[in-house]
Parts: sequence; structure tokens; C-alpha cells
Amino acid sequence: MATTPSSPSTAPGVARSGRPASLDVFTYDEGIVRLFVLATILWGFVGMLVGVVIALQLPFWPANLGEYLTFGRLRPLHTNAVIFAFAGNAIFAAIYYSTQRLCKARMAFDWMSKFHFWGWQAIIVGAAITLPLGITTSKEYAELEWPIDLAIAVVWVVFAVNFFWTLAKRREHHMYVALWFYIATIITVSVLHVGNSLALPVSLWKSYPVYAGVQDALVQWWYGHNAVAFFLTTPFLGLMYYFLPKAAERPVFSYRLSIVHFWSLVFLYIWAGPHHLNYTAVPEWAVTLGMLFSVMLWMPSWGGMINGLFTLRGAWHKLRDSVVLKMFVVGITFYGMATFEGPMLSVKTVNALSHYTDWNIAHVHSGALGWNGFMTFGMIYWLVPRLWKTPLWSPRLANAHFWTGTLGILLYVLAMYASGVTQGLMWRAFDEAGRLLYPDFMETVVQVIPMYWVRLIGGSLYLGGVVMMMVNVWQTLRRAPKHLPDPAFALPRAEAAA
Amino acid sequence: MKRFLDSNGRHRRLEGWPLVFTLLTTGAILLGGLVEFLPMVLIQDNVTQIATVRPWTPLELAGRDLYIREGCNNCHSQMVRPFRNEIERYGEYSKPGETVYEHPFLWGSKRTGPDLARVGGKYPNLWHVRHMEDPRSTSPRSIMPPYDWMLRKPLKTRDLPTKLARLRTLGVPYTDDEIARAEELARAQAAEIAADVAATGGPEGLADKEIVALVAYLQSLGTGLTAPAGEAARGEAPEAPLATQ
Repeated sequence: MATTPSSPSTAPGVARSGRPASLDVFTYDEGIVRLFVLATILWGFVGMLVGVVIALQLPFWPANLGEYLTFGRLRPLHTNAVIFAFAGNAIFAAIYYSTQRLCKARMAFDWMSKFHFWGWQAIIVGAAITLPLGITTSKEYAELEWPIDLAIAVVWVVFAVNFFWTLAKRREHHMYVALWFYIATIITVSVLHVGNSLALPVSLWKSYPVYAGVQDALVQWWYGHNAVAFFLTTPFLGLMYYFLPKAAERPVFSYRLSIVHFWSLVFLYIWAGPHHLNYTAVPEWAVTLGMLFSVMLWMPSWGGMINGLFTLRGAWHKLRDSVVLKMFVVGITFYGMATFEGPMLSVKTVNALSHYTDWNIAHVHSGALGWNGFMTFGMIYWLVPRLWKTPLWSPRLANAHFWTGTLGILLYVLAMYASGVTQGLMWRAFDEAGRLLYPDFMETVVQVIPMYWVRLIGGSLYLGGVVMMMVNVWQTLRRAPKHLPDPAFALPRAEAAA
Repeated sequence: MKRFLDSNGRHRRLEGWPLVFTLLTTGAILLGGLVEFLPMVLIQDNVTQIATVRPWTPLELAGRDLYIREGCNNCHSQMVRPFRNEIERYGEYSKPGETVYEHPFLWGSKRTGPDLARVGGKYPNLWHVRHMEDPRSTSPRSIMPPYDWMLRKPLKTRDLPTKLARLRTLGVPYTDDEIARAEELARAQAAEIAADVAATGGPEGLADKEIVALVAYLQSLGTGLTAPAGEAARGEAPEAPLATQ
């Protein structure tokens, strides 16, 4: 019933092949995975460094260093770098590593893999140049202007063709659950990106979206929310389903649960976008639908968390010695907390308090730092020794990374919870005479500045953890063999034909 | 259900058909978006039109694009929710019909600074110039960065006719005359604002600087409910909307 990612194939026809001479020999492209892993680490550092800079700019405005480096221009750079450069390269590393093994097939086209890698890095560099120049659409997580949007579409299509072609020529009949999540990711991100980026160019670096006002708001948050769903959730669940059983050496807890939570997750997520627009000038029925589906979404989200954590049943003692499992457990726990918090924040009465405050900032960072960050770090610590055929330079330093990062996230989210609730309560406070208790907005700004400093400390600790990982990976790579051949495998020919 | 979920059930068979699996996934993810979005496009009544809401003047549009360039929307929302405390603080709550010409919408998601949906007419032009040059000169303890370069950088108006024409393609009702004279209209409105700034004791010579466009845009925010159409289109400073504290 439950299967591990690499369970031996039981495809029909094995028994018929009695000729040992006819072997189907194939290799996996590991070079591409190594590239994506290195890019993940590099962009993770850059994206989080920009995050620390803008965290400093809030309590200390002189850190806005002139026209090109103000908070307003760097904040989109931070979000894009962390989502599309750090998490993006991480999921590509996960997909290229695990898809080949789950399909028992090399990626269909090596040139497409390379095109995908270098194209994606070029897009990131394009974002890092244009966003500080003030070239932006203003739409959150879709700030890049139309020429870069077109480049994203091209690279994504190449990625999709390469992926589906690999599925088509797989040697393993059944697609393991990780692949379902990758399929959902590739399809939905294409639909979202095209749907939200439709715009009429005015010049090379300026365009106006085809939607206006209420429609633009709904399309944007259909995109924005599902970028979280299909760029930061489904591919990471795929990552979890592959790497967690590998690291724990245990099969996934429940095959049935994975079916139920996959289909309910991909169906329900799309509806939830309008909860970003509670009480705004969009029709009531739309935001109410968004709220209802957001609350329902809690269940399939926790289905994923339960399937992840219960995979460790009988293996919890392994956490003592495995930094990979420690990272995964904290990551999945943050996933559970963030996916409880999300539905809660979407409920109108809660949203009335939380919206526009730092509470949202806490929420997204428990997702991005806790879930995406720690799942990525766990994967990297598992992959690096295997990809470079060298033991990790310092497990102790990796352990230090784990604890520094965990402490960093906790400081970060606690500070932002305190700040967010403070803002929300102060904005709505009335005195006995029915007048605003804090009519001067500035009072509510000054009140949370100490929390901004705590957040800066938390974020710096988290970045410090990433620096430890960079040192550790660098030292490991220095000791790695010069020649790293692609691993080769052989199957009896008849099985391949099945 | 059991037959579907068993380890050799129907879903197991589906796992061997990537194409069918992909098509089913595509259907599952399309449905919600279509149900929520299509009524917004097909049923006009979803957004009530407001007669006094007008497109931006060319100068205001230039200012809006500067607002986007600087990423003001990262810290300032433009959406007053229908709560007593927000109406007390900012003014009348925002209506769907007020944003029908907004390509893109700029409602924002974060209030590090105050909401700006009703800021138009709240302060004199000079206040905005001083505030952008040095936010702490008008708002002590502010954490906003200065935007002093907007008082120095020349305002580009050359692409305004194209911008208006593109927006008309998307449904914003600009006339041929407005498109043809976009630069001229922008310069005239800029001269008025610059003259007002100078007359109230502010710096001279801002008529061809970016700051006047931004001020024009900020002064237009939230005035759609009250500004008499036509009058404001000529670039006169509209009256303050509903009384704020």
C-alpha cells in the first residue's frame, strides 16, 4: 500500500525476460542538479541579505541609500529573489533529481535542462537590475515587466516540455505522488503567469495590465495566492514526498491520504485568492467564497503535514543524528502552523484586525523561512554529499545552522505578531467619547519600532545560518573528486518495454 | 471509494496515464478561477458605475506611474474598508466604481504608512513637496525615506500620448483631443501646481520636475465621489472629500 520513492518495479513482463544480454543501460543527469543546488544557495544568500537590508530600513530610514535602494524598490527585489530565485532553484533541483529517479529515465533533453537553468538565472539577473531601476508593474510577486514576463513564459514552456517528455519515456509505470505535485505545479504556474501578466506594452519597459480596478485586484490575488500554492506549496510537498522517506528510510505514511489530500488541495486552493481582498471594494459574494474555501483548505493542508510527520513513526530517534530530518521536521511543522494560520486569517472577523498589519508579514515568513527555507536546507544537506560523492565537511556546523535558523525564525515571527496585533488594535481603538484613541497615525508607527529591531535580529540570525551552510558546502566541494560521472543503471530490456 | 483508493484500485491505474492525470489536474485548477472571475467580466452590475469618476489627467497619470516606479504601494494602501474607525481616520470607504480606470489597481496590502485613498485635497500642494523632499519636516518621527530627487529630476512627458492611447485601447475613455494634446495639458497643469507651490512660499521652478506630477496624482486620490466631472479634468485642485479628523 505505502511505497517508497524507489520501490522496485513490478511491471508486467519482467518474468518473460530471460535474456541477461539484453540490458537497458541509462544514466541520470546530475550535473544539472548540482547547478541548481549551487544557484539555490547563492540566491538564497542574496535574497535574504536584501531582506535584512530592508528590515533595517524600516526602523532606521537613513539606510535607504538614495534613489535606487529605497525600501519601495528593494522590497519587490527581496520577495522575488526569495520566491523565484531561492525557492525556485530549490524546487528545480528537487524536480530534476527526483523525477529522473522516479521515472528511471534521464531528463529527455539535456539542452533543455541547460536552457532552463541558464534562462532562469538570466531572468533573476534581469529582475535584480530592473527592480532597483524602478521598472515594475506594481503587482505583488508579478512585478517584472513584460519582456521578462515573456522570457519566463519561454523558459517555463521549455521546462514543461522537458519534464513531460521525460514522463512519456519513463521506465517506471506508476507515477509516484511527488510527480503528481510536480505536474500540478508546472500546469498551474503556466496558467497563473499568463493569466495575470496579460498587459499592453507602452514602451520596452512599461506596460498597463489589461484588467482594471476590481477585476485587476481579483486576477492579481488569484495569481498571488496561488503562487504561494503552486510555487511554494505543491512543489515543496513533492520535495517532501521524495526526500523525507529517503532521509528517514521509511515508506510514506499513507497512500490513500496522499490521493485524498492531493486532489482536494489542487481543487480548493484556486478558490481562496479573494481572501486577500476581504472588506475591500470587491463584491461580497467573491470574498465570502474565498473565505469559505480557505477554511476548507485547512484539511488538505494538514493532510500533507500528517503524511509527512507520520512517515517518521518509529524513526523519531533518527532525528538525534540527522540534521536533514531535523530540518524537515521543523519545516513540516511550520507548514502545519502556517496552513492553520492562513485559514484563520482569511476569516473576516480576524482579517478585519490583521489585514494591512505586520501579522501578514509574520505569516508569510513562517511559510517562507520555516517551510520553504528549512525544507530546502534539509534537501541540500541530503543532496550535497551524494551529488559530490563527499561526506559533509562539518555536521556540527550544519547542526549550528539548524539551531541558529530556528531561533532566527522564532524571533522574527514573534516580533511581527506583536507588531501586527499592536497596529491592528491601535488603529481601531476609540476613547469613551467615541473618538479615535490614536488619531495621529504616527503614534501607531512609532509604537512598533522596537519590534522592527527584534525582527532585524531574527532575520540576521537566519541569514547567519545560511552563511554557515555556504561555508559548509564550499568546504565539502573543495574536498570533492574532480571527476563526477553521471550514475549509470541497467534494467532488463523486457521491463523497459513494458 | 475503497475501489478507487486501494493500492491496486482505480487511482493506481490513473497513475500510469500522465496525460489523463495532467488533464484532470488542469480541470481541477481551472474551475475555481473561472467561477470566481467570469461573473466579474460578464455581469456589469457587479461594479456600479459612478458618474463623477473620471480618468486621470495626463499629468496625474504621469504622477501615478512615478508612484508605481517608487513602489509607494509597498507601504501605503489605497483602500478604505467600511469600518467606523477607518472612515473616521481616512474618510468615506472605497467603492468599486472608483477604481474602474485603474490599470493596474493600487489598493496595496500593507499599511506601514497611512492609507492614501482619500488623501487628495487633504493637504496643500506645498505640504506634499516638503514631505517628499524630507518627510520629517512635515511629519516628525516619520520612517519614510526622502524622495528629494523628484524635486530635481526632469518630468518626462514625451510618452504621455502613447500611454493615453494604450489606456483608451483598454477602455479608458480618453478623447482624440486629449491624446493629441496630452503633453500640452500636462505642462499646463504642472505650471499651475508649480505656481501654487511658489506662491505659498515653496521652491521656485518645479514646473518641469517629477514632483509636480506626483503631487497632481496624490491630490486627485479619492476625489472621484465628489469632483464635478469636467471641472477637475481641467486640473483644478478638487475640494476635500468627506471631512476627516
